Amino acid sequence: MKYMMLIYSAESLWTEEERAKCMEESVQLTHQLHTQGKFISASPLHYVDTATSVRVRDGKTLITDGPFAETREQLGGYYIVDVDNLDEAIDIASKIPGARKGTVEIRPIFHLDNLPVINN
Amino acid sequence: MQEQIETIYRQEFRRIFATVVRMVRDFDLAEDALQEAFAIAMQQWPEDGLPRNPRAWLVSTARFKAIDRLRKEARLDSLEDLPHEPEADTKDAEDTSIADDQLRLIFTCCHPALAPELQVALTLREICGLTTEAIASAFLVTPTTMAQRLVRGKAKIRNAGIPYEIPSHKHLAERLHAVLTVIYLVFNEGYHASSGDSLERVDLAVEAIRLGRLLLELLPHAEVRGLLALMLLHHARRATRVSADGDLLLLEEQDRSQWDKDMIREGQELLESSLLTRQFGTFTVQAAIAAVHAEAPSADATDWPQIVALYDVLYRMTPSPIVALNRAVAVAMRDGPDAGLTLIDNLLAGDELRRYHLAYAAKADLHRRLGQFREARVAYQQALGLAQQDVEKRFLEKRLVEIDAV
Repeated sequence: MKYMMLIYSAESLWTEEERAKCMEESVQLTHQLHTQGKFISASPLHYVDTATSVRVRDGKTLITDGPFAETREQLGGYYIVDVDNLDEAIDIASKIPGARKGTVEIRPIFHLDNLPVINN
Repeated sequence: MQEQIETIYRQEFRRIFATVVRMVRDFDLAEDALQEAFAIAMQQWPEDGLPRNPRAWLVSTARFKAIDRLRKEARLDSLEDLPHEPEADTKDAEDTSIADDQLRLIFTCCHPALAPELQVALTLREICGLTTEAIASAFLVTPTTMAQRLVRGKAKIRNAGIPYEIPSHKHLAERLHAVLTVIYLVFNEGYHASSGDSLERVDLAVEAIRLGRLLLELLPHAEVRGLLALMLLHHARRATRVSADGDLLLLEEQDRSQWDKDMIREGQELLESSLLTRQFGTFTVQAAIAAVHAEAPSADATDWPQIVALYDVLYRMTPSPIVALNRAVAVAMRDGPDAGLTLIDNLLAGDELRRYHLAYAAKADLHRRLGQFREARVAYQQALGLAQQDVEKRFLEKRLVEIDAV
């Protein structure tokens, strides 16, 4: 099963040094997952003040500065993994450094047929 | 023959079901397929005679029926995932694997990724085999509400990929605690729901004890013994907890000659075997406290220093304000009401117990013992304002009337 893990935490909680350390740890984790054949994708995201929201209503495109919802904790990065079950996903989530300061939300990925396949 | 099949149905359905669920990974599909397998057995067995291994026959027939249905619904991709039929060489191997399947299913139903009310509903439905209506009535909700809970739970298991597995050694203690918590929740609900017309309602406390026994058979860990001991030691006092008029009776008011001595003995034995392992946890310590009460000839003759010491152990394991409150009450019994009041006032100065009616009830009781009726009255009224259950409200109202009469 494929799961997406969304990492939420308060951006203000992290010092630059902690962020750098967290990224380093994350890179190591992705390599471990890759060796185990569980890695699909992962990435940190820029700060939420870089977010742009787009809505199309009545054929009009509305563009606003900022995230979809103003919350105390912001989406800061994600992983996509391929594992057997939720317990394995929980194991991985508990190793994501962001889980120690924020929350990792695990969402099973809904399988949709007929999507283009990228070979890389 | 018909009778034989009915007996197998009654006694084995849930066990065989656990195996079928593991194979087809879908609760509803497994349930339907196994029902069908029993229907076929009703037709075939009287003619062909009882199969050499009825369980294995039922499992394999249900499995075929499930595959049939998947094929018809063109859910072919699921077919590849179907595990091959297990080859049970010996009766022993088969028994072990059926027991393991049941244990797997318990861990699935009590998975922490499910909300507690879903865990409870799924456990009672899929492990104990209670009907949706029976569970609904035990929890005083409508059958529709309960049916929705079950649907939500099964959908989460399927869509989130909650496994049918016994957790790895690393996680076992933690996950076992989650299972035990569900069973204890069911047990306590059995007491709370019992105030109304309990005749037609499933006895959840009895159901929880049955679950505890089943779990002990499957996984004889110290804490499983501890929980079963705790439930038995409480349940032994059941007949004396409420007066003839349906009023709550405190431990000190209960007729100890009416306590179930066999049940107490069984609880004590389980407790001792858990303590011997030295790997026990909070349920065992709570059972030890219940055992000290059960062994005491009267409230006054209770070994209160021992109870305080056990609460100290419990508080080190789980530093919760409720444990602290119970400890304060025990201290009051050991050292006198003044000592207990100081502790309770300190606890109430914090935030966590401010909305907890039993904290005020305990405070009121200690003031009453000291003859400080004005303070007792205020605290009883605070407790009354926060209490939810009728039987508890009646108890507090009675106390208020009593101190007014003094």
